[in-house]
Amino acid sequence: MSYNIFSLARNALSGHKNWQPAWREPEPKASYDVVIVGGGGHGLATAYYLAKEHGITNVAVLEKSWLGSGNIGRNTTIIRSNYMLEGNNPFYEWSMKLWEGLEQDFNFNAMVSQRGIMNLFHSDAQRDAFARRGNAMRIHGVDAELIDREQVREKVPFLSFDNARFPIQGALIQKRGGTVRHDAVAWGFARGADSRGVDIIQNCEVQGIKMEAGKVVGVETSRGYIGCNKLALCAAGNSSEVAAMADMKLPLESHVLQAFVSEGLKPYLDTVVTYGVGHFYVSQSDKGGLVFGGDIDGYNSYARRGGLPTVEHVIEAGVSMIPGISRVKILRSWGGIMDMSMDGSPIIDKTHIDNMYLNCGWCYGGFKATPASGWCYAWTIAKDGAHELNSQMRLDRFRRGYMMDEKGMGAQPNLH
Amino acid sequence: MLIKCPFCGDRPSEEFTYRGDARPKRPKAVETEVSDEWFDYVYLRDNVKGRMHEHWHHSGGCRAWLVLERDTASHEIFGVTTAPEYARKGKI
Repeated sequence: MSYNIFSLARNALSGHKNWQPAWREPEPKASYDVVIVGGGGHGLATAYYLAKEHGITNVAVLEKSWLGSGNIGRNTTIIRSNYMLEGNNPFYEWSMKLWEGLEQDFNFNAMVSQRGIMNLFHSDAQRDAFARRGNAMRIHGVDAELIDREQVREKVPFLSFDNARFPIQGALIQKRGGTVRHDAVAWGFARGADSRGVDIIQNCEVQGIKMEAGKVVGVETSRGYIGCNKLALCAAGNSSEVAAMADMKLPLESHVLQAFVSEGLKPYLDTVVTYGVGHFYVSQSDKGGLVFGGDIDGYNSYARRGGLPTVEHVIEAGVSMIPGISRVKILRSWGGIMDMSMDGSPIIDKTHIDNMYLNCGWCYGGFKATPASGWCYAWTIAKDGAHELNSQMRLDRFRRGYMMDEKGMGAQPNLH
Repeated sequence: MLIKCPFCGDRPSEEFTYRGDARPKRPKAVETEVSDEWFDYVYLRDNVKGRMHEHWHHSGGCRAWLVLERDTASHEIFGVTTAPEYARKGKI
């Protein structure tokens, strides 16, 4: 059923008792053309675009828990395409373009809000680095503006402009950046995929990958054996675990990243702001809570909860940037497991196994990439090769020496 | 997390700097060509879920390099030793 003004009116007249579930809960079939491991944002988007763009509908998405229980429901909902490097920027800009048409495309209100993103700078050197980034963006046709301190003050007057050590000098802004209701992204892609015939199978954990003659023939799961012609891994923080079932060792470390939401406030902050002193980024949700986060905790973790030192650090950075929030209460904090790659950039590629594909390494920037990741991964699976947009997001780039290291940190994932 | 430094006693984890998995051995050979061994050492990770041996540096304390046995799924710490001791014995 399409969601529109008429279906709303019809259901209102019948007391909203006849809405149907947005997707089915099918039993797994004996086999599928494509099995996607991981029912998070990227896995669901992949299924959606496989069905919509390539007509491949005999697809199952296997999710070990409930749909959207992983990082798609744990992020800080920011979208942007302010990347610098050749292999990254056109990809993230394509993602931004998909976000801009997404709600009409999948007929679901994902509350895409292009409220802009503002990266503050506090020194001449930082300004020069941001100018360079902004120029790289503009060369790729992405909107970017460098604004000065007074222009920042006009938009967000309550920042700490005269911090003794780190006065705000200005900001790089991308006006098309913003936020999206993250759960609705999972639901929209799930509904769109399901209505095209994709089976979304929840509470179905992959426990083994069965190979014959060097090819994948199926997966052992907690709900029995499921055969497949192609296997697409999309397991984010658990990628290493899943790949190990096919004897693959990945260039990944799993780390915990925490995020926070405050008590509800009246409308206060109408853009996304990132701090150039500490790692801190904040926006205000439509319910009024300040949604914010900082750095990963910095040690390997699969625990989905972090430590108090990072909580303290993030909140210190926040209060240093916006002194006025010092007495705002934190409502909730939570953690998600990031698949940190060796250069801070993702992998969307074929593997050395003929019919197995890999999507991972999103570090803590996977949410904004959700539509393009699904779109490119679906292309890679359907055409058995990379699209131009993900042609540099190769698994073998580390061996070949073609890193995409935006931060220039090297193979030390907790620093990216 | 509290880490029991053999020299300083129980100290908060924020005094330490994390390096990562302590098990992989740095390849000895110095070759001009990229060898599989080096590629594996620099870029690939076991990314252990469960008990892991890992290097922590007490950078905000006595500056000793330590090896911890820590569960990455629960953050529980089972043992600590110094890096030289670990290199000699190969265990914690």
